[in-house]
Amino acid sequence: MSGEIIGTYATAICLLIGSAFIIVGVIGLLKFNDPMTRLHAPTKVGTIGIGMLLLASMIHSFVLGDTSVHEILIMAFLFVTAPISAHFIAKVSIHTRTCATPPPPPRDDTWSTLSVPEQEVQAEN
Amino acid sequence: MTLALGFLDMASVIAFVALALGQLLSMVRLVLGPTPGDRILALDTMVINALGLIIVLGIHLGVQIYFEVALLVAMLGFVSTVALARFLLRGDIIE
Amino acid sequence: MSRAFYWLLPHPLLTLLLAVVWTLLQNEFSAGMMVFGVFLGIIIPWGTSVWWPDTPKGFRLGKMASYCVMVLWDIVVANVQVAWIVLSVPNSKLKPAWIVVPLELRQPEAITVLAGTITLTPGTVSADLSEHGNSLLVHVLHTDDPDAVRDDIISRYQNRLKEIFK
Repeated sequence: MSGEIIGTYATAICLLIGSAFIIVGVIGLLKFNDPMTRLHAPTKVGTIGIGMLLLASMIHSFVLGDTSVHEILIMAFLFVTAPISAHFIAKVSIHTRTCATPPPPPRDDTWSTLSVPEQEVQAEN
Repeated sequence: MTLALGFLDMASVIAFVALALGQLLSMVRLVLGPTPGDRILALDTMVINALGLIIVLGIHLGVQIYFEVALLVAMLGFVSTVALARFLLRGDIIE
Repeated sequence: MSRAFYWLLPHPLLTLLLAVVWTLLQNEFSAGMMVFGVFLGIIIPWGTSVWWPDTPKGFRLGKMASYCVMVLWDIVVANVQVAWIVLSVPNSKLKPAWIVVPLELRQPEAITVLAGTITLTPGTVSADLSEHGNSLLVHVLHTDDPDAVRDDIISRYQNRLKEIFK
């Protein structure tokens, strides 16, 4: 067993694990029946799936001999942006009132997403 | 070595099939999706899956050139998700 | 001396980050590109420092690094748990819950890092911040005891972040 063979097997296994995580995320997207629970599966299981695919690509570049590490950049970018897009989608769900109403916060009046529409409702009444 | 290369070929074909299936299933959610939030989420998942397809294509062909494409797709996907969500939240993207 | 340093490098960590990102983008280590990356890292924070006047003071890089390693390990463990929940728990037995985390952090940067950590560790999504930033709304995918999850977030992440952003 030389290093190349071990590297090739490691690439293949990382590919399989990554695609399994991604398909589980998509199954979660289809299966759950509430907008907020649907948010959980693809935004994070998908992120770790892409991470495994990028790891496979890095190992493969080491096997081929031309070292490549800028996959780390894509991974870091995804790990920074995935929470932000999940946060925005959660805010959309709260704003359009399509999920269960959250409990009121103990120390402030209301949540920041809900505070503006309530003033508009009072103005309409 | 030929055995290992055969295994890698098989694994990349399986990854292609899984990611394409993922694209189709999230398209089902995009069509069904009762709320706008679900549709945005399905589009975001499709962008992530397309990113995965590009990466697996790069591994399959053994080329480095696709990583710039993957980086650009990741950036565009994030910006479009935020723009869509912000449009639904505020009725305007840049106030 | 210190004032000259902060005039030239208003955000030293941003300078370091820009140099590292530029070197990674080149995808090969060469001295010329490294110097150009450092040059970019000096000129971009200097040119844009008008728009972000505050430098976060008292940021501990060493503790942040150990925090990142802990969060990465949590992400891997919790991803397997969520994948198992997605595949094995039917919709009728799923117990989602809202929990409210009282925030003791005051800096916006610290709250952002906490919310990002909560979202990245699967099973929890940070959904909203209260009007004046005193509490954080978190959605949990599947739990029997919401209070235990809240105490876990406070003891595991918030207390460490309080030490990092002094």
